[in-house]
Amino acid sequence: MRVAVLKGGKSLERQVSLRSAARVEDALAASGHDVVPLDAGADLVHRLKEAGTDVAFIALHGPGGEDGTPQELLEILGIPYTGPGVTACIRCMDKVLAKHLLRAAGVPTPDWVAFNSTAFRELGAADALDEIEQRLGFPLVVKPAAQGSSLGVRFAASPDDVPEALVAAFSYDDRVLLERYVNGRELAVSLLDGEPLPVVEVNPREEDRYNYEARYEIGRTDFVCPADLGDAETHAVQDVARRAWEALGISGFARVDLVLDADSTPQVLEANAIPGLTDTSLLPMAAEAAGLTFEELVERMVSLALRPDPREPARA
Amino acid sequence: MPEPDDRRTPAETGSVGGHRRAHQTARDLERYAGLFAERTRVMRSSAMRDLMAITARPEVISLAGGLPDTSTFPPETFAAQMMRIAHESAAEALQYGPTEGFDAMKAAIRDVMAAEGMSPDPDDVIVTTGGQQALDLIAKTLLDPGDPVICEAPTYPGAVPVFCSYQADAHQVEMDGEGMRIDRLEELLDRLAAAGRRPKFIYSVPSFQNPAGVTLSGERRRRLVALAREREVLVVEDNPYGLLRYDGEPEPPLYQLDGGDYVIYVGTLSKILSPGIRLGWAVAPPPVMEKISLGKQATDLCTSTLTQYFALEYFAESRWREYVESLCSIYRSRRDAMLEALERHFPEPATWTQPQGGLFVWATLPPYIDTSDLLAKALRENVAFVPGAAAYVDGRHGTSSMRLNFSSSTEDQLQEGVRRIGKVIGDQVALYETITGEHPVASPSSPATPDAPSHAEGADADTRELRTPGDVVPLRRRREEI
Repeated sequence: MRVAVLKGGKSLERQVSLRSAARVEDALAASGHDVVPLDAGADLVHRLKEAGTDVAFIALHGPGGEDGTPQELLEILGIPYTGPGVTACIRCMDKVLAKHLLRAAGVPTPDWVAFNSTAFRELGAADALDEIEQRLGFPLVVKPAAQGSSLGVRFAASPDDVPEALVAAFSYDDRVLLERYVNGRELAVSLLDGEPLPVVEVNPREEDRYNYEARYEIGRTDFVCPADLGDAETHAVQDVARRAWEALGISGFARVDLVLDADSTPQVLEANAIPGLTDTSLLPMAAEAAGLTFEELVERMVSLALRPDPREPARA
Repeated sequence: MPEPDDRRTPAETGSVGGHRRAHQTARDLERYAGLFAERTRVMRSSAMRDLMAITARPEVISLAGGLPDTSTFPPETFAAQMMRIAHESAAEALQYGPTEGFDAMKAAIRDVMAAEGMSPDPDDVIVTTGGQQALDLIAKTLLDPGDPVICEAPTYPGAVPVFCSYQADAHQVEMDGEGMRIDRLEELLDRLAAAGRRPKFIYSVPSFQNPAGVTLSGERRRRLVALAREREVLVVEDNPYGLLRYDGEPEPPLYQLDGGDYVIYVGTLSKILSPGIRLGWAVAPPPVMEKISLGKQATDLCTSTLTQYFALEYFAESRWREYVESLCSIYRSRRDAMLEALERHFPEPATWTQPQGGLFVWATLPPYIDTSDLLAKALRENVAFVPGAAAYVDGRHGTSSMRLNFSSSTEDQLQEGVRRIGKVIGDQVALYETITGEHPVASPSSPATPDAPSHAEGADADTRELRTPGDVVPLRRRREEI
């Protein structure tokens, strides 16, 4: 089968995408597929058409890759693609929208307030910061609404830290959220066709939190998979992840990041429509714990893309 | 000093032949991770490096590189030189050469150094694969894990991974408009001595420093050399830019002032001929040179003979000084264009250095702007710079500063690039002022404050609260300067 691997692009996570794609390309080639690597650029559609693509493997990360953009194009071209559909991608990429949908579906997620920069520039949102801080408490987390890999995420320990954290987050997106910080165990649940894989626990080795460097460098963070949880906890965590999957209308595969708080309640932080597939990524790790090799995982992702039932109701 | 190239390698652009093994299961990785040497723990990749990779996009005006402009080197000269080598010395040029380099190459190096008033003994010279290798070999020769070394704050970003890979305990000494603060250096040496420690060497780029663009004053050069002698500490003088002076009078190299007893000199052809030929050198006292030479044998046996032949052909033409002068005239106009653009486009709280030579300007923004984050925003405007944290060993200082290169862009690109960066800074300044509801007073980094406390030096620099990048290199406010 001719598989186009979409990668790179202009995203800040370009390098991560290239690392994900390199592994995917190897795995596809090892399984006997005809692999067409495509660095996403102005000629993408042209090259997709030219290549006679049977299926597209989307290994793009960040805005412009997992926000529904290439998915929409592939829909138009009639080329099946891996991962969630357009709507789910839009929902996952926008952390604010995702949190609204999760809350509406009764899925626990830390309390938050979201703003765009216009709110500050034109509506005097700064005057509401006291109330916001009172509601969310300290420390709080400030993050851009649409950005992956922890880029632009800041912790504010006190009110003095908030303006600087906002300026940092606004460097990545015009919309940011302030979120209550939930102290607890950091967990990730990857799902394949709606079925949760074993839970991964993430323990940063150093004082720096689960930041960009720690994410992609071997030996900087300890991962435990399956996480050391009781059966009930495991079940609760996986159940919440599955409910997040449903609330966001995900299909194919995804990774849900959660925190298990002091009361053992799993709180969903976000869902990733195109989780990383690098050496240190969590989805491949979870799949391996479930007995799937990376080649098998990739093969499965491709076969899910080719499944005849539509991932979303057709739009008239 | 050669600059780590930010461009993508062919491997990254993705060729697929199925020849790379898919071997990277989590278990495999754990197995490899268990084999890594202790020193790899401090060898780090970074988010910044990944961001820098994006700057290679053609639509991006990159003020991030440290690249000289090689487009002015005449292709006919290149062709003629290679042709002569092929006809006259093919076998030799394709053969191994002496570890320390060809004698003729050393003679050419002597010419280059003589242009700055130095006359080293050829036996003290070793030709290296770029100045970067000279640095690496010096560190390999002198450093045991945990040994203190001292460098400037900010320091050459490419020196940071060298110090890290030999597990050095690097200390940084603040600079001002006259380069490294020697009084601070003395304090640091005293503090280290009190703890029973002596640094192996003091690393300095005294002329048109990368990244700060400042030059160590003549008076401080003499004090530094005297101090090294008095305390029996070596100085590593890294001088890639000395000949790229656009105005003012040259200062004597440390090597010349010292006579080569305590100063190890590092030079390179990267900035005056080509970085692609990877030719640099070190000059060191004979006992040190002996060890460096042994280290080089282990590393790569000898520097490329082919590129030494290339350089020799070039120096045989004896027009190298003309070429350097032509570079100086191009870079001078570009520096002026950048400084003019900074004056026009950078918002009020920003400050920057006024280099008399070299390739870089160092700009400092209000402390609430993190330039690593700002780079993300700047990349959306298709412009790039190096975030200041790259020039600090702990990666936590310099977070409000940036390095801007003016040598590898045209004057129009410089104008436009600086305009775009100025715009994103202006946006963030306005946003901050809106959020805080105040117009913050001049940041602590703004005025040149000779008595500003250093947060960059000291045995415990790594553990301090390092949110005060601005006072490391107090920069002049632009109105005082122009």
